[in-house]
Amino acid sequence: MKYLDEFSDPDLARRLLDQIHAATTRPWAMMEVCGGQTHSIIRHGIDQLLPEGVEMIHGPGCPVCVTPLEVIDKALAIAARPGVIFCSFGDMLRVPGSGQDLFGVKSAGGDVRVVYSPLDALKLAREHPDREVVFFGIGFETTAPANAMTVYQARRLGTGNFSLLVSHVLVPPAIAAIMESPRCRVQAFLAAGHVCSVMGTAEYPPLASRYRVPIVVTGFEPLDILEGIRRTVLQLEAGRYEVENAYPRAVRDEGNVPAREMLLDVFEVTDRTWRGIGEIPRSGWRLSDRYAEFDAERRFAVTGIHTGESPLCRSGEVLRGLIKPHECAAFGKRCTPRNPLGATMVSAEGACAAYHAYRRLELADAR
Amino acid sequence: MCLAVPGRVTDVAEVDGTLMADVDFGGVHKQVCLQYVPDAAVGEYVVVHVGFAIQRLDERSARDTLANFERLGLLEEEFGDGLTQAARQAGTTQGAQR
Ligand code: SF4
Repeated sequence: MKYLDEFSDPDLARRLLDQIHAATTRPWAMMEVCGGQTHSIIRHGIDQLLPEGVEMIHGPGCPVCVTPLEVIDKALAIAARPGVIFCSFGDMLRVPGSGQDLFGVKSAGGDVRVVYSPLDALKLAREHPDREVVFFGIGFETTAPANAMTVYQARRLGTGNFSLLVSHVLVPPAIAAIMESPRCRVQAFLAAGHVCSVMGTAEYPPLASRYRVPIVVTGFEPLDILEGIRRTVLQLEAGRYEVENAYPRAVRDEGNVPAREMLLDVFEVTDRTWRGIGEIPRSGWRLSDRYAEFDAERRFAVTGIHTGESPLCRSGEVLRGLIKPHECAAFGKRCTPRNPLGATMVSAEGACAAYHAYRRLELADAR
Repeated sequence: MCLAVPGRVTDVAEVDGTLMADVDFGGVHKQVCLQYVPDAAVGEYVVVHVGFAIQRLDERSARDTLANFERLGLLEEEFGDGLTQAARQAGTTQGAQR
């Protein structure tokens, strides 16, 4: 098997795979929710090592990919304003808005900066009191505590020239939306380990029993993913649908209690539109009223945004697991990481980008 | 941006009323906010995401993970200059200078 020697412990990988093969008696379709897992699965060819019929469906777990177009367009408009320093994680720079991307704003003279942490943006705000510093606060529950703490600190320190453009998304409502969708084929979920490091596991048992799906909390390294798949297959074959923690070294049932308390203080639940998917009720966080003055959307009333996606892009179907990236006619032709038509081609965690990086040649051979 | 990387706490100090740590990620050092894992002591390992420790981790799995990330080039991706990387991906160096 071609990729096995790339695993950190090939013998363990072999044993896990043997157990998965031995346990599997029929086809199963399971979804990994996290983009980091998608990347790892494609990079290491894990899906190709599984028994025939055991399918990995790549879920909407890349925050870069699901940040709504309207928010990207707002970011572009704010970043282009004179006097603004717009800070973001690096992988947001090339996400296409309706017109251009943040990189384009920067090339045209906008002050767009890549930071490692939102605290770096707060630091910039304190160093440049004459400028407005805006941080692009996106991500799942893993990233939200960082943004929450940064806003909390801004308020505590009285840093009035700092604000956050917030578009946080939440995993459990997305799982519910996927299971409720009419064409859903998903029979089990690998839940994202680091989301659970923060939030714990308590949100998942109601989902597992309502939709009768096993949910296995899984890490990101190749061996972690194999272990998550192994446990999922064992549950499916036995007809069980429980929540299991296959990543106990970084996930406790209660999650991170101080982080959860901070999240409750700084954010409140809101309906959120997911790019390519549409609105999912109560699936995101926005700043709570206590922190409204740090909300970039209020501070910079951006109006007149008319969003428009590329008509060729089928990333909505990719994100819902209805097609694989190479089934999109633009894949690798009109749409490449250099000229992405959709957000799923931008981030390394997007399914289209992962297929383009690791599968393109094989797919071309097979055509 | 989804990556969370284990690292070893080498120093803890309060900065502007916030608990901060110097964390060693296999040779790369970063200032990390420790408010969410406040009892992590010097020498212990924590999982860090975008500059915040979110959980502790035992030494053995932390070292394994770090070695793995190093091998896969993921540490470079996480701690390298994001702007240069975005520019490289775009196939241009234009705009990469501040
Ligand atoms: S390959 Fe490009 S155009 Fe096609 S779905 Fe993916 S991002 Fe959209």
